[in-house]
Amino acid sequence: MLRYTLSRMLGLIPTLILVALISFFLIHLTPGDPAAVMLGVEATPERVANLRADMGLDQPLTVQFKDWVSSALQGDLGNSFFLGRPVAEALVERLPATFSLAVAALLVAVIIGVPAGIIAAARQNSVFDGSVMVIALLGISVPSFWLGLLLILIFSVGLGWFPTGGYVPISEGFVQHVKYLVLPAVSLGFMQAALIARMTRASMLEVIRKDYITTARSKGQSEFVVVTKHALKNIAISVLTVVGMAFGILLGGAVIVETVFAYPGVGRLVVQAVTRRDYPLIQGALLMIASIYVIVNLVVDLLYPLFDPRIKYE
Amino acid sequence: MRILDEREKLLEIRNLKTYFYTEEGVLKAVDGVDLLLHSGETLGLVGESGCGKSVTSMSIMRLLPSPPGKIVDGKILFKGRDLAQLSQKEMRKLRGNDISMIFQEPMTSLNPVFTIGNQISEAILLHKDVTKREARRQSIEMLKKVGIPSPEKRIDDYPHQLSGGMRQRAMIALALSCDPQLLIADEPTTALDVTIQAQILELMNDLKKSYNMSIMLITHDLGVVAETCDTVAVMYAGKIVEYTDAKGLFGNPSHPYTWGLMNSIPRLDQNIEKLHTIAGVVPNPLDFPEGCKYNTRCPIADDKCLQQEAELQEIRKGHKVRCWHYERLEQLKKVH
Ligand SMILES: Nc1ncnc2c1ncn2[C@@H]1O[C@H](COP(=O)(O)OP(=O)(O)OP(=O)(O)O)[C@@H](O)[C@H]1O
Ligand SMILES: [Mg+2]
Repeated sequence: MLRYTLSRMLGLIPTLILVALISFFLIHLTPGDPAAVMLGVEATPERVANLRADMGLDQPLTVQFKDWVSSALQGDLGNSFFLGRPVAEALVERLPATFSLAVAALLVAVIIGVPAGIIAAARQNSVFDGSVMVIALLGISVPSFWLGLLLILIFSVGLGWFPTGGYVPISEGFVQHVKYLVLPAVSLGFMQAALIARMTRASMLEVIRKDYITTARSKGQSEFVVVTKHALKNIAISVLTVVGMAFGILLGGAVIVETVFAYPGVGRLVVQAVTRRDYPLIQGALLMIASIYVIVNLVVDLLYPLFDPRIKYE
Repeated sequence: MRILDEREKLLEIRNLKTYFYTEEGVLKAVDGVDLLLHSGETLGLVGESGCGKSVTSMSIMRLLPSPPGKIVDGKILFKGRDLAQLSQKEMRKLRGNDISMIFQEPMTSLNPVFTIGNQISEAILLHKDVTKREARRQSIEMLKKVGIPSPEKRIDDYPHQLSGGMRQRAMIALALSCDPQLLIADEPTTALDVTIQAQILELMNDLKKSYNMSIMLITHDLGVVAETCDTVAVMYAGKIVEYTDAKGLFGNPSHPYTWGLMNSIPRLDQNIEKLHTIAGVVPNPLDFPEGCKYNTRCPIADDKCLQQEAELQEIRKGHKVRCWHYERLEQLKKVH
């Protein structure tokens, strides 16, 4: 198991190099001179030349890449031009907020999605099942920023239950922290809940027809235990997989919802970086988000044997 | 009073009708089945694929997928109680306790993510008032009884760690863990190798005697019937067409369908060219023919058979047949 974990971690290296390559070349794929683009049309040639030298853009590409990778490995992602501070520092500072939001949204998604999927499957073709399917379809089609705006209108502006936006760190009080989290978490988590519900329902419908489910019933077991013990453990892997994917997406993809709720997470930083063409920051954020996604996937893979004895990592 | 009737009736099915209400229409999977199973006996239920054998057994267990399946008529008398009228809650007390079931695929009938011990203990804990430790002890005991070597170790194995034959033994251990009076075995050996098949059948026979239980053995293998069954019911298109003791069936098949089935068993002493299979196909249960349902394939069918279906009538002691012309069959037998 330990050896497997280590080899899997080594296996991540090519993926991460690829991500690094893409992040790096991003800057060179944009038309024109990045330094000139960043400084705008009114910049003097000297300032542009200075910035080029600062960013190492005057060096050959291979040298630039080598430098970038070796500093990235040491945790140095360069300096943000507009923030005037190291990119890594700026990202790490935003990480707790984004992490809180991702966890909260995932909770919403799992708490709604998994039971909804299970009950819908257990009562296939019932009114409940139909409603779950319709709501899930809505959840997948409605953009989360739109849902966010709707929630702000109803629960902040209308009822005044939650703030319209902003963020309070957990260190300044859990209740306040949660209060600011609820609406963005629901707007983000809803779509994931819909995906998880559909996936759970589909796996459940497949498993519930298996012979071993009939065996469990033929023992005299109640339908509740048949579903929650015999069927659930058999769909655990599929559910875990979507949940892992959802978490990866939530960690990296809160860009728009964070903007709608003026939530100071990584996503909003990325939006600012893009509008200001802060290339080092964009590169760093991309690398970080991709790494997190890859690591979450690895963790999910490593959890499989807990749920299925047929899977063994030697 | 005839001696035959003095045996204790364990299960008596009268005019059972189980239909599936599908989008294409009403599918009459079981359409008036009558069966009688005495205590301590093995009843063979034979018939071609799709004739309703499994649906009959699922009706007895009351485990039909519902919707679309529904018992629309008839009685399932188990020790005098009509199972068709019981609530699911009452049925749960009987399942696994008084009536157990084993299935065709030992690969898929055990839950892959729980140990054998967990699955057997679960049944024991459901029906007996014992501790977990005692349930485990009894599970090991059961595994020993069904001939699984080193049961103390095997009990913590997952199904995929056992061979097909061992899995079926584990399944039998599970089914018998609470001393059922009736074991329904739905093609328990079809998926196994021939040598393993024989072992499993022998095991079931031995256990039947030591537990004094009855077995309803579903199969389409007449060889298995000849070896293990006391009584045989031949099923065709949702109905029983012949019912008698095993000797009577093989010595004197009296329904043209039974006769056809027997002729379709390949025999070493016969020329392959003479091998006889039943012409035509099983009628679609969504659209059965008028009259006798076998009339589309029967070599001796006439106008009467096209119009009206015969009742299941006793033609000699303990031998029932659903055919107008069972006597005419005798002449046909002579020709072949
Ligand atoms: N859940 C269901 N929904 C609709 N029709 C069904 C369902 N289960 C069984 N049937 C139909 O009922 C009929 C009888 O099926 P059954 O499974 O009892 O056949 P069988 O005699 O056990 O055949 P086999 O030897 O292949 O196991 C078939 O036509 C089948 O298609
Ligand atoms: Mg069957």
